[in-house]
Amino acid sequence: MRREIPLIITTIAGLVFAISYFIPHWPFVEAESIFGDWIAIVQAFAIWLGALNLIKVSLEKIYRKKEDAFYSGIIIVCLLVTLGIGFYDGFSGGAQSSFRDTGTTFDWLYRFIYTPLTSTMFAMLAFFVASASYRAFRARNFEATLLLIAGFFVMGGRVPLFDLALKPFTDVPYFSEFAGWIMAYPLTAGMTAIMIGIALGIMSSSLRIILGIERSHIGGA
Amino acid sequence: MELFGIWVAALLTLGIFSFLYKDNPVYKICESIFIGVSAGYWAIANFFDALHKKFWVGVFPTDGSDPNYMLWFGALLGVLMLLRLSSKIGWIARWPLAFIVGATAGLYMMLYFVSNAMNQVASTMRDVIVTSPETHLIMWGETIGSILIVIGVVSGLVYFFFSKEHKGVFGYTARVGIWFLMITFGAHFGYTVMSRMSLLIGRIDFLFRDWLHLLN
Amino acid sequence: MVSTIATVLMWIVGLSMIYVLYRTINGHPIERRVVFLYIGLAIALPLLMQKTAPVPVTADVQKLVDALDELTPGSKVLAAFDFDPSSAPELQPMGVAFMKYAFKHDFKVIVMGLWPQGPQQANQAIEDAMLDPLIAEKNLVYGVDYVNLGYQAGAEFVIQSMGSDFKRMFPLDDRHIAYDSLEILNDITNFSNIDFIFNLSAGKPGTVEWIQIAVDRFGAKCGAGNTAVQAPQVYPYLRSGQLTGLLGGMSGGAEFEKATNEKGQASTFIFAQMISHAMVIAFIIMGNIAFFMTRKKKKA
Repeated sequence: MRREIPLIITTIAGLVFAISYFIPHWPFVEAESIFGDWIAIVQAFAIWLGALNLIKVSLEKIYRKKEDAFYSGIIIVCLLVTLGIGFYDGFSGGAQSSFRDTGTTFDWLYRFIYTPLTSTMFAMLAFFVASASYRAFRARNFEATLLLIAGFFVMGGRVPLFDLALKPFTDVPYFSEFAGWIMAYPLTAGMTAIMIGIALGIMSSSLRIILGIERSHIGGA
Repeated sequence: MELFGIWVAALLTLGIFSFLYKDNPVYKICESIFIGVSAGYWAIANFFDALHKKFWVGVFPTDGSDPNYMLWFGALLGVLMLLRLSSKIGWIARWPLAFIVGATAGLYMMLYFVSNAMNQVASTMRDVIVTSPETHLIMWGETIGSILIVIGVVSGLVYFFFSKEHKGVFGYTARVGIWFLMITFGAHFGYTVMSRMSLLIGRIDFLFRDWLHLLN
Repeated sequence: MVSTIATVLMWIVGLSMIYVLYRTINGHPIERRVVFLYIGLAIALPLLMQKTAPVPVTADVQKLVDALDELTPGSKVLAAFDFDPSSAPELQPMGVAFMKYAFKHDFKVIVMGLWPQGPQQANQAIEDAMLDPLIAEKNLVYGVDYVNLGYQAGAEFVIQSMGSDFKRMFPLDDRHIAYDSLEILNDITNFSNIDFIFNLSAGKPGTVEWIQIAVDRFGAKCGAGNTAVQAPQVYPYLRSGQLTGLLGGMSGGAEFEKATNEKGQASTFIFAQMISHAMVIAFIIMGNIAFFMTRKKKKA
């Protein structure tokens, strides 16, 4: 029961989507659309599961008076305040309105709290990538040198940096063109090889899942 | 409200940047706010856009159309997913998970086969000798590039083939594959630097333009 | 005044790099926080200098502009905003420039997002585009000239369902208006009624999924703007013709602004972008000079 039902569900869902690619007619297309509806709903519930789990984990930390209980409290308060504002704006707006409309409190929260926090978190990576380049990016052997040279010309060629240095001699953007050449040929070749390799891997894994050979997602080996 | 918002945004930005000096309580507070608000945002968006718009309106239509009773099964699977929170009957959550994994496997198997395998193989082999549409003469630049792509793709795939030891001609080919992959990763690195710097430019521009009014 | 001070400081920062090089060669690399400071200055000072730099329009960008130029007034364009604020500095300028171009050319724009934040970013892009006097005087009407369908959960399965019926995934738009009562959507059932898809993508779900499903399975035409991190991954699709044009990162955005004559944020940022690249390149060179000199000493 604990193993068989999930296995059957996996196989049916997988076969419907695989077969409908070849037979885009009734009943497969209809089944595919119905399954698509269900997936949208299940994924929304999954997000709520994540939010509820965050509350659960944070409450446990507060209850056990762990070191970071204070920060867990902030997480819960911020989560609940966001939910409160979102529900209020979503339900009180009336017809022809949305919680994300400009001028709502939720939009204010998005623009002035969510946006700076998420943007700055990712922006900090700029410092770390530069520091790592200085300390670890070395031409130790031929392969590393190739990597470095490609990075060097792409970094200097995709912005007008190297071409401005050439400006006194020529107006032709040679470095921009060379960076474009790297992207269009050697990079495309390497990416295509990686892409085909990944595609073959995904195809075989998918087949194993649909046929019930791969069972790790249902807790089996 | 706008001015207050800009000040809040600026202080939160500086709070996150304070981590660059060292880990500190201000950063941790900002980080916790980020986690809470982010989770709340995703939950609200999924509530109104997916659960309300898709499920609720579907089963209780207001425009006179027939209710879509099949959506109840989706909701049932969703509720089963929430049972994950229970330690006793949490195993039932494997059913909706199995549904998602199965559907994704079925969809991906065909999508990746067509778009990422077959179409890429065809694109690699097509038009290796490139001629000008007007003069019908060989365009050497593009032709050499296309030949490079064939060599790069084949040698790259040979490198990824681990069922045979990389020795002899096979080993040399795999080595050429590594060179192409290294150029690929190098170009990737260059683009990654570009991306990260852009994000930082965005933040500093906000501080200078909207907060400090140093820029027009 | 600010610009002059910033220029002078930039020269001082540049000259101080000689000292950094000296220290690095002598086996005393600067501390990571000093590297952070240099990177911060390499972005802050060029922004204050308020200079721009000329960008040549590359073939990938021109391909997208050509595809847009082929569209006629009234063409139905689906703009999928699949990113969040963390990627906005790269993708938002592309979104604004695209909206300006689309509205000026009288395209009918249908906005949606596979990321929940996408439709909100689209609202901001539309607001910014509306500030343009040429667009403002058109008095564009929501539901007639443009619409925001909002976000729907399900990632690639949303595109898959849209292949047979848009309404199935978006029975209401973002403002909770019924699909059938929106004039712009009256003759739109699936991708066969869409003339062009423009996707702004920061990851998954994004451009790859749009190509795999909307383009390869349902025959739609798609161009994209990607973050620089993602752009290299979609180059094979560009060569195979699955993708019609690509804007890669900030430079792609600046090129698009130049090609469409819609100077915006990307064009103003490109100078700071250039100087920051120069700083990273300088750090890499210094690190390698020190590496080779140390190796030479060890061998000796």
